[in-house]
Amino acid sequence: MTDHHPTFAGTPPFPKAAESALADGQLRDNLGRATATIRAKRERAVAERDDWEALRLAGAAIKDDVLARLPELLEELERNVTKAGGVVHWARDAADANAIVAAIVRDHGATEVVKVKSMVTQEIELNAALAREGISAWETDLAELIVQLGRDLPSHILVPAIHRNRHEIGEIFRSRMAAVGRPAPRGLSDEPAALAEAARLHLRAKFLRARVAVSGANFAVAETGTVMVVESEGNGRMCVTLPEVLITVMGIEKLVPTWRDLEVFLQLLPRSSTAERMNPYTSMWTGVTPGDGPREFHLVLLDNGRTDTLADSVGRQALRCIKCSACLNVCPVYVRTGGRAYGSPYPGPIGAILTPQLRGISQHPVDAQTASLPFASSLCGACYDVCPVRIDIPEILVHLRTQVVRQGGWRARVVSQESAMMGAMATAFAGPRRLGIAERAAAVVSRPFSRNGGIGRLSLPGLLGAWFGSRDLRAPAAVSFRRWWSRRARESRGP
Amino acid sequence: MSSRPTEFRGAMLERIRSAIDTPSEPVDVPRSYRTSLPAGVDLIERFAERVDDYRAVVRRSSERELPATVRRALEGHHVRRVVTPPGLPAGWVKAVGSIELVADDPPLTHAQLDRIDAVISGCAIAIAETGTIVLDAGAGQGRRALSLLPDLLVCVVRANQVVGDVPEAVARLDPRRPLTWISGPSATSDIELNRIEGVHGPRILEVIIVVNGARTYVRKESG
Repeated sequence: MTDHHPTFAGTPPFPKAAESALADGQLRDNLGRATATIRAKRERAVAERDDWEALRLAGAAIKDDVLARLPELLEELERNVTKAGGVVHWARDAADANAIVAAIVRDHGATEVVKVKSMVTQEIELNAALAREGISAWETDLAELIVQLGRDLPSHILVPAIHRNRHEIGEIFRSRMAAVGRPAPRGLSDEPAALAEAARLHLRAKFLRARVAVSGANFAVAETGTVMVVESEGNGRMCVTLPEVLITVMGIEKLVPTWRDLEVFLQLLPRSSTAERMNPYTSMWTGVTPGDGPREFHLVLLDNGRTDTLADSVGRQALRCIKCSACLNVCPVYVRTGGRAYGSPYPGPIGAILTPQLRGISQHPVDAQTASLPFASSLCGACYDVCPVRIDIPEILVHLRTQVVRQGGWRARVVSQESAMMGAMATAFAGPRRLGIAERAAAVVSRPFSRNGGIGRLSLPGLLGAWFGSRDLRAPAAVSFRRWWSRRARESRGP
Repeated sequence: MSSRPTEFRGAMLERIRSAIDTPSEPVDVPRSYRTSLPAGVDLIERFAERVDDYRAVVRRSSERELPATVRRALEGHHVRRVVTPPGLPAGWVKAVGSIELVADDPPLTHAQLDRIDAVISGCAIAIAETGTIVLDAGAGQGRRALSLLPDLLVCVVRANQVVGDVPEAVARLDPRRPLTWISGPSATSDIELNRIEGVHGPRILEVIIVVNGARTYVRKESG
C-alpha cells in the first residue's frame, strides 16, 4: 500500500469536479445525512453557552494578536520548547518539512511511523514523501485509516471518510486490512461498533511496535512551550505517549501567546467541531518528561505559503482558522459536492479561501483549478455565522475573485460578459425613464420564450446559457410594478 | 542529520517580518466570557450529570466506603489484574479481594501494560461544566501510558477537586507537567457521524466521586 499514494493533483476546476460529485447519489446521500446530524448537534452545543459570542470575539482577537506578533511569538515558543528538552526545526515549504521528518526517522533507524490525524501533514503530502524514502506511515485515526486502506482521498477536515457509509467501510476493512497488518476479524459485520473494534485490534500492534510517531498540533503556547492535540479515539494519546520519538509538524499560525488563551479555544473548538462540550481526549506536553512519554521531541515549524497569506491584509484572517470544520457542514455547496471536488485537503468554504492563498494567489497567477475555488460559493454567509474565530469568509471570497479577474485567469471571459451585463443594468437603473423603457423592453423580448409564466431551459451562448442551462426564470410581468402603481394612484384620485 | 534544525530560521523570520509590513497596534483581547459557573450551581451534581452524558459510569462514595466502591467498580467488569500508579493511597485498593494488584514500580513495559485489564488513578482536577477529569501524572496517577493501555479506567475524584468551568481548570493546572484531559471513554464519530464509545483508549470509564457525608458543594456567591 505504501507505494500507492493518491493525491489531489490533477483535480479538474471546481465546476467540472462538482459535476461528477453531484452525479454520485451514494455520496450525496451519505454526506447529506452526516452533515444534517452534525449541524443539529452543533446548534445544541453552542446554544448551551450564553457567552458564545464573547468567546468568538476573544478567539478572533487572540489569533489576530498572534498574526500581528508572529516573529516574536515564534521565537518565544522556540525558546521554551528548547528549554524543556525539545528540538525546534524551521521549514520554509513542504520539501523542507518532509526532508526534516524523513531525516529524523532515518537517524533512528526506523522504517515506519504511526501518525495522528493531521491536516498539515496532508497538506505537505508527508506520507508519499516518506514512502519515497522507504518509510511506511500508518494513519491511526479511524477515518484516516478508512481513507488510507481504501486508497482514497479525504473529503472532510474532521471526518475524512464522511463520504463512506458503514457497508463501504466494512468492505474496505474485510478486503484490505490483511495486506498491511492484522487482518479484519473473521465474519466482520458492518455494525459501527464491530468496525471500531476491528480498527482497535489492527492498530494496537502498530502502536506497541512503533518507535517514531508524527503528529500535527491544534495549538502551541508561546509562553510555556506547550503543544496540544485534541482527539476522540485515543489514537492520538497512543502516538504522543508510546513511541520513543515524537515529531510534531505545525503551521506557524497555530500559536497562542499565553497559557490562559487555551481556556477560550478549549471551549470554542470541541463545540464547533464534534459538537461536544469537550472532546474525549486532549493531550498537552511541554518538551520531554523523563520517565513519561517520548525521550525525544521534535517540533517542525512550517511556513508553506502562510507568509504569503499573511501579506494580504484582507485574506490574512484565514490564518485564524482552528480547523473545526463547522463551515463545511453548513455550506450548501459543500453539502452537495463533498470535499474531494475542492482538490485539496482543505475543502468547503475555508478551503475555498485557504488553498488559493497558500498556493500564492496574492503573489502570482495560479492554475485554473486553484483559481476556480473562490467561485465555489453562493456567498450565503452561513460559514461566517458559525465560524468560532469569526473569519469573514464571504469577504475573502469576493476579494480573491477580484484577484482572479485581475489576473485574467480562468473566469476572465465569463466575468467580462458579467461586467457587460452589470454595466447595462447600471445604465438602466440610472434614471426612472430608462428603467421604464428597460422594463417594457424586457416584457416584450421575453414573451416568445415564456411558457406558463416561466422561462425554461434555453440554449443560449455564454453566461446566459450557463444560467438557463440549469435554472428557470419567472417571466417578466406584462405590466411592471411601477406602471401599475402610477396607474392605481391616478385612478384613486378619482373622477 | 542532513540539515541543521535552524538552517532556514533567519530567512523565515525575515519573510514573516516583511509580510506584516507596518508594526500593528497591540491587539486588545476582550474577555467578557464567563470564567466560572453562576452562583447556586451544585458542582458535584453538574459534574456527575455531565460525566454520565458521555456514557461513563458515575458512582458517589463516602471516604469510608471508598474501598468497597472501588471493588464494585472493578468487579462489575470482571477485572482480574489492575495496575496501581506510584503514590496511590493504599486504602483505595485494600478491599479488592482476589483481584491482582500490579504496581508500576519498576515501570512495566508497554507489552505488559497491554495485558492488564484495568488501572485505578486519582486526578489533578475535574471540571463540572464539561464533565472532564484532568490527569497531570502526579502522585496516585503515574505516567500517561497507565491510563491509556488498560481497557478500564477507574478514576477517583475528590469533591474539592471539582471546579466549575474550563477557565478555572486552566488557571489551576501546571503546563510543565504532561496533561491528559479525559471526557468520557474513548469514542469515535467517524462512521456516519454516529458516536461509538471505545476505540483505542480505555473503552470503559468509571468515575468515583468522593463526597463527605451531607456536605453540599454549591459554588458560593463571589464578590
